[in-house]
Amino acid sequence: MRITCPHCGARDAQEFTYLGAADLKRPDGMAATEAAMTDYVYQRENPAGTHRELWYHGAGCHAWLVVTRDTRNHAIAAVEAAKSRKTGAAA
Amino acid sequence: MRYSAFSLLAQAFRGHKGWTPAWRDPEPKAEYDVIIIGGGGHGLATAHYLASRHDITNVAVLEKGYLGSGNVGRNTTIIRSNYLLPGNTPFYELSMKLWEGLEQDLNYNAMVSQRGVINLYHSDAQRDAFARRGNAMRLAGVDSELLGQEQVRAMLPYLDYDNARFPVQGGLLQRRGGSARHDAVAWGYARAADSRGVDMLQNCEVTGITMVGGRAVGVETSRGPIRAKKIAMAVAGNSGRVAAMAGLRLPIETHVLQAFVSEGLKPLIDTVVTFGAGHFYISQSDKGGLVFGGDIDGYNSYAQRGNLPVIEDVMESAMALWPGLGRVRMLRHWGGVMDMSMDGSPIIDTTPVDGLYLNSGWCYGGFKATPASGFCFAHLIATGEPHPVAAAYRLDRFATGRLIDEKGAGAQPNLH
Repeated sequence: MRITCPHCGARDAQEFTYLGAADLKRPDGMAATEAAMTDYVYQRENPAGTHRELWYHGAGCHAWLVVTRDTRNHAIAAVEAAKSRKTGAAA
Repeated sequence: MRYSAFSLLAQAFRGHKGWTPAWRDPEPKAEYDVIIIGGGGHGLATAHYLASRHDITNVAVLEKGYLGSGNVGRNTTIIRSNYLLPGNTPFYELSMKLWEGLEQDLNYNAMVSQRGVINLYHSDAQRDAFARRGNAMRLAGVDSELLGQEQVRAMLPYLDYDNARFPVQGGLLQRRGGSARHDAVAWGYARAADSRGVDMLQNCEVTGITMVGGRAVGVETSRGPIRAKKIAMAVAGNSGRVAAMAGLRLPIETHVLQAFVSEGLKPLIDTVVTFGAGHFYISQSDKGGLVFGGDIDGYNSYAQRGNLPVIEDVMESAMALWPGLGRVRMLRHWGGVMDMSMDGSPIIDTTPVDGLYLNSGWCYGGFKATPASGFCFAHLIATGEPHPVAAAYRLDRFATGRLIDEKGAGAQPNLH
């Protein structure tokens, strides 16, 4: 599997570290209910198909990336810098 | 047909032409008392224990492919009960005891072989940790022995004891651990359940769960709709997909795990060994192939195939532990999709949806748990109460903070 980093170009997936789902929204600190926090920390969509996920380019530019990948065949549709995305919380 | 030395001898004289199929191939009925989704090890074991221990026989096992086509036929066949935490140890020990009587219970040769499992340690700190785990096991009535380097050397003379970075200092041995023939486990459970009237419905993929007033009352399948009083999920890596049909989200990610087998060799290793400095374990099948594996690939995947970096990592661990393996050729490798839970431990519980039961989160340790998983899941389905040894495997433990995190890795499934 290769990931085309927007800063570094196509690189072996070994250069990257995986975190998980990209669009988890952290509830607002102390104000959040227990259920909302549990949902954020533990519950996952876990789709068979298109998955937006965070990868860290540790052996390259040190940027966090949002990779859109099909979990059924590992085909990558899009890679963008996590900084530039419009939705979702900070990693 | 009951299998015995006599039936084998009688068939030998008839050219083995009188054997009958091990299970029927029935048409789906319109309604069952219990539907089990997933014809793998855990689903088939559940069917067997429902029928044999709870006398519930109006049961169907729904399998989208053929029986045993998922992880029960893809694992590395190791059985053990060397767990540390109170929520786990009694459960896995029940499983080990069921393994010990499995073949008599099923009248089927599952080739259960208690050849021992050795976890190697490579530092003083790791020795302390293993001593603690061994003591916890013995307190829970499980056998364990802490071995020094010379004792391990006598059993496994070919390991790299003086490795500069990871010298082998000794190991924690569970003699009752070992391996079993994974396909035969599935077939044995299927045959035993079928003989008590359970329907095995193959090529029957569940495409939807029928809900009435918040209660699951049946399933849509590729072979038509089927109603059921209770619906039980045992679908491993596909847990998230099936749960979504009932509107549920789970604390689970699906990841791919690869396994490997070498060319056939003469008897070389008569136990199961795990490397303590990396994730690597190895044993030898009765056909002679070395069976080994390591880490999951580490990203969400339903692909049932992995990538090369993990293969390289596994081979490097193999060479660090046992340099002689460099002369052996790898024959095959494959992948299975694991239901990686958020704390690395399983879930056997009811769900917020009435009539829907969940058996999931086995990570890559599901095979050894097959008998107890089925036993405890059947108990839950039949009585409505969790079995005492599986009482900690609750779905709501993530909300209440009662996690069972053997590895202490936190809510990060790819680290368990």
